[in-house]
Amino acid sequence: MEVTGQEYRQMNKQTAPKSPVLKNCIKAFLIGGLICALGQVIVNLVQNAGMELKEARMICSITLIAASAILTAFNVYDNIAKHAGAGTLVPITGFANAIVSPAIEFKSEGLIVGLAAKMFTIAGPVLVYGITTSILYGLILNLIKLFR
Amino acid sequence: MPERKGQYTVTLSSRPTILGYAAVVGKREGEGPLGRYFDMIFEDTTLGEKTWEKAESALQREAFTRAMNKAGMSPSQLNYLFAGDLLNQSIASTFGMREYGVPMLGQFGACSTMAQTLALSAIFVDSGAADLCCAVTSSHFCSAERQFRFPLEYGGQRPQTAQWTATASGAAVVGMGGSGVKIAAATIGRITDLGITDANNMGAAMAPAAADTLATFFQDTATKPDDYDLIITGDLAAVGSDLLRQLSERKGYPLGANYTDCGLLIYDRNKQDVHAGGSGCGCSAAVLCSYLLGKMEQGELKSVLFIGTGALMSPTSSQQGESIPGIAHLVHLVAGGA
Repeated sequence: MEVTGQEYRQMNKQTAPKSPVLKNCIKAFLIGGLICALGQVIVNLVQNAGMELKEARMICSITLIAASAILTAFNVYDNIAKHAGAGTLVPITGFANAIVSPAIEFKSEGLIVGLAAKMFTIAGPVLVYGITTSILYGLILNLIKLFR
Repeated sequence: MPERKGQYTVTLSSRPTILGYAAVVGKREGEGPLGRYFDMIFEDTTLGEKTWEKAESALQREAFTRAMNKAGMSPSQLNYLFAGDLLNQSIASTFGMREYGVPMLGQFGACSTMAQTLALSAIFVDSGAADLCCAVTSSHFCSAERQFRFPLEYGGQRPQTAQWTATASGAAVVGMGGSGVKIAAATIGRITDLGITDANNMGAAMAPAAADTLATFFQDTATKPDDYDLIITGDLAAVGSDLLRQLSERKGYPLGANYTDCGLLIYDRNKQDVHAGGSGCGCSAAVLCSYLLGKMEQGELKSVLFIGTGALMSPTSSQQGESIPGIAHLVHLVAGGA
């Protein structure tokens, strides 16, 4: 008796182990939260040192990006991300990792067509759609202001 | 002379012999349950090379030269070489083998390539077209990841169904005479696709092909699973081998305790964080050319069905939303005295 495609995909659904969603969510929440709390600590420290909130926030972003890039270069970031999942993907650290990891990986194809070109293979879509939507929102905001 | 039996099986009346074989692996594979069976374990998976592709070529060279040495042969005595890997345009094989000056037919059957190259070597020898052939395949976790998935340092999570591409290479030298393991028959598989699209679940994509090839072989030879000491698939791993049991049962050939999978043997899934198990054409090649042929030479296993399983997708086809076609080729191995 031959198995149909539909039947087989059903069999696969029943056989394939599911990802531990609850465990993953808890880990992502804890580690992601920890990164954000760390960011807040940096902001507070910088503010206490006498800087404005706007500058403190900028220094916080730069510090987290640098930390993520360094941890990626030392083969540590992926080992944290294996457990943290979205917890390390969503904060700015995830974006830094998405840029640095292909840059390291494709250096073997040269500095131009390798490192520089492939650097954006993962983060490229985030940039394209991120920038496009910010422009759209900016336009809408300005239109609203025009008629107010 | 090779003779077709039934629909797709080729029986080899002279029963070509595996005169020498070798398997070399990376660190993680060496730490696995089969560690002591491998000829060489590279603690440094770069093998001292600058790129992962070069490292894989070096892995293949190492397996090839060791197998040739064990067979007591030099590359100049080889008539034809059948080699393959997973990289685009099979560069691990072509760059790995370019220095030997042996006529070569590059092979691509995804992870089924070891069974494919072994079957072709045996058919060439049995037909008299060659006196001595060599089958060699490889895969490397790092070269496969960068081609098929993400950069190594990218922080992502792998689903439970994902498999770990083995850093491994295996080579088998096939000729006539000698007391080694014989190749009695081969079944060339059909492309089978039941619509699995998840590239992180290749075991499920390949299981229908394995079930089809096995059923074809049993029909062609009028035998049944219990007639063999061991039936071993290439890299179906946990999900795929479970599905193969279900499919084979439906086809009327239930697989018993004599069935296992190279992807399940090569790693300790509880300790090694490989999720569903191993994959890659180096996985089945290394298990065959160490543990499996060793057990057969020692007489512990007499009659074995080795089924290489391949998922014939590319990053392009996956991105375009295509399903994953599977393929499986079978080689019937018998111990020297049998």
